[in-house]
Formats: sequence, structure tokens, C-alpha cells
Amino acid sequence: MLDISVAYNRYKFLGDEFLTWLWFSMEKDRGRLIIPDEEPLSIEIGNRIVLENRINETVEIITIKGDDAGLEEAILSLKKGALVTELNLIYKTGNQEWKFNLKGESLSFSGLKHPDTGVVESGDEVEGLVIEKIFLYEKVSNITDALFKIFIDIRLKNEWNTYFKPAINKWIQSGFKS
Amino acid sequence: MGLLSSSVSITRYKVEGKFEEPVIEAVTRGLKKNILHEIDKDESEKASGWTSFNNPFKPDFNGSSFLIGNHFVFSLRIDKKSIPSKIIQKYYSLEIEKKLVESNREFLSRNEKKLIKEHVINVLSLRIPATPNIYDIVWNYEEKYLWFFSNLKKANEELETLFSKSFKLTLIRLFPYTMADLTCSLSDDDRDILLKISPAQFTR
Repeated sequence: MLDISVAYNRYKFLGDEFLTWLWFSMEKDRGRLIIPDEEPLSIEIGNRIVLENRINETVEIITIKGDDAGLEEAILSLKKGALVTELNLIYKTGNQEWKFNLKGESLSFSGLKHPDTGVVESGDEVEGLVIEKIFLYEKVSNITDALFKIFIDIRLKNEWNTYFKPAINKWIQSGFKS
Repeated sequence: MGLLSSSVSITRYKVEGKFEEPVIEAVTRGLKKNILHEIDKDESEKASGWTSFNNPFKPDFNGSSFLIGNHFVFSLRIDKKSIPSKIIQKYYSLEIEKKLVESNREFLSRNEKKLIKEHVINVLSLRIPATPNIYDIVWNYEEKYLWFFSNLKKANEELETLFSKSFKLTLIRLFPYTMADLTCSLSDDDRDILLKISPAQFTR
């Protein structure tokens, strides 16, 4: 295994490609997003997308925020060669909903909100709440791992170059229409 | 933003290595070895150590109190004294003035000034309480993973150092490369490809 700090910087792009692929897959290739032992996966883009374009020495960062924000600038930025570096996601199962931000370079979670939990009325009930919360965080952790595994399986195969790169390019050039 | 907050940040780790003695005793020993010591009454400007999740201002790891379900749940506490620079400047100026009068001189050497500044900071450190920052930890020993409830770089670095010192186990932060290498069940061929891949250009 590579040195950790070297690997962190060397493979930052892999997380950004994952988020860009995930957005494409949610829009155009949902059939791939199948996770064993899970109901059909309900995952959507939330209210924040950050894109980053590195051209020579300069970095252009576009942040799109808001529930009904237009995606014109995101399309333009992707056309210019940007990748998604941060994505707010909404995962639903049954009537439960999780919201969280995933950052490409680290794939760490921030702003993670889970479905409502029971109300704690005494100190003795804190342990139960902790167990419930761990279970709820585990859901998001497992879903993210499973999606990343699907991506890595594709990324390391020829299919990445023969199918996915052209398909993602077509999706971007069409302004997310095809 | 701790484990019980309504919105949390989590950095995930894989834990490498295992204990050769009863696990709970080994964890208790590791936690006690680097328990947080208060610095309010001494000159230290910073301290870090383990504390109890349930009672972070009075750590107690007796009776496996950190065991919740299948998880070890405890916290990293980093205490830091922040003395505003203007306060340091005020007492430093007063001390310089006092020293000049006492010694009947017009100037002090650079070294004397340096010593006075250190003295002022030490005296103020005794009077100013440390600000505690608490970061919760969930460790699943069986599944070999650990969640740290913060994405702050310095807090994560402190965790990695203290964890290794306390338990003699290695924490490997999960990020794209380590996730691919450690959690995606790669074949040897896949690992070779992973080592060679370079960024994709979708539109250029």
C-alpha cells in the first residue's frame, strides 16, 4: 500500500470522479445503482453542489446552493472540464430520510442529518439513543461504501473508457438532456 | 458537533492490529494511560487526552462505562488556552516598564524581553482557563472500524497520534485510495490497475 499522505493527494481525483459519476448515474444510469439486500435505492442530489476546475495553475470553484437552484453554471463548468468536488445527497428508505454532504477528496461526511429518533427523557435512555444513532449512521456509511464499490469496479475496467467516459461527456455536452 | 447532535461530521477509519489480551481490559488500560489531565491550574497552554462520552468534564473509565452495545464510545478532548494578544501586550508592557524602573536603565536586551514575555504568558496561563473541545469516537473493535466525529485536520491528526500511543494499533483514514484498497475486495490485478490510473478527462 502506498504511503498514506502521498496517496491522499495522488488520488484526490478519484473521489471527484466518483461524485461526478454518481450524479450522472442518478440522472441517466440508475440501473447500475443496485445495492444487494437494499430496496431500490432512493438517492437524490440535495441542495448543494461544488465543482472545481483546475486549468494549469488556476482553480475555478463554482458552488450551487438552494433547493431550486438552476444548474446552468454547473453545466458550463463541467463543459469546461470541472469535476464535482462536493455533493449534498438525500437518501430515503420507507418514510425515513438522511441528508449529508460528501467531499470528493476525503469522502468524509459533514452536515449529516438522520431521521428522527426517540426522545430521551432520562440519563438511562442515552445508551439506547446512542445505539439507535449508530445504526442510523451505519446506513449512510454502508450505502456510501456500496456506491463507491460499484464505481471502483467500473473505474478499473475497460468499460470506464469505452462506455462511461463518452456517456458522461455526452450527458454534459447535451446539458444533462441525453 | 458530537454523536448526539442533530447534524454531525464523521471521518471514518479502519483499525489495523489486534489486542493479545482481553479486549475490554486493553481498551481500559489505553484510555487510562492517556486520560485527559486538567491544565487550568498549571502553566501548560494545551493538553489532549481521552475523556468519557457521558461525562467529558470528569473522565472515568472504570467498569467498562465506555462500552455501549458492540461499540466503544468515548471522546477525545483537546484543551487549549487562548490568551488574546492584546492582553499579553498589556502585561508585557507593564512588566518591561517595571523592570526598567527597578534596574534604572533605559533599555532591555532582546533576551531579557524574551524572558519577560515568557514569564507574562506563564502567569496569564495560570489565570486563564483552557477552552475544551470535545470530539466523540465510536469504535467497533470486531468490525475494525472507528468513526471520529469531526473533519478538522488538527483534531484528526491528534486522534491518530494519541490512538497509536494508547493502544499500539494503527488507524488508517478512509479516503478514496484507502477505501478502494481496503474495502472494495480488489483482486491483485485490480490493485495494479489502481496504482496506474490517472485522472479522467470527460470533456477535453
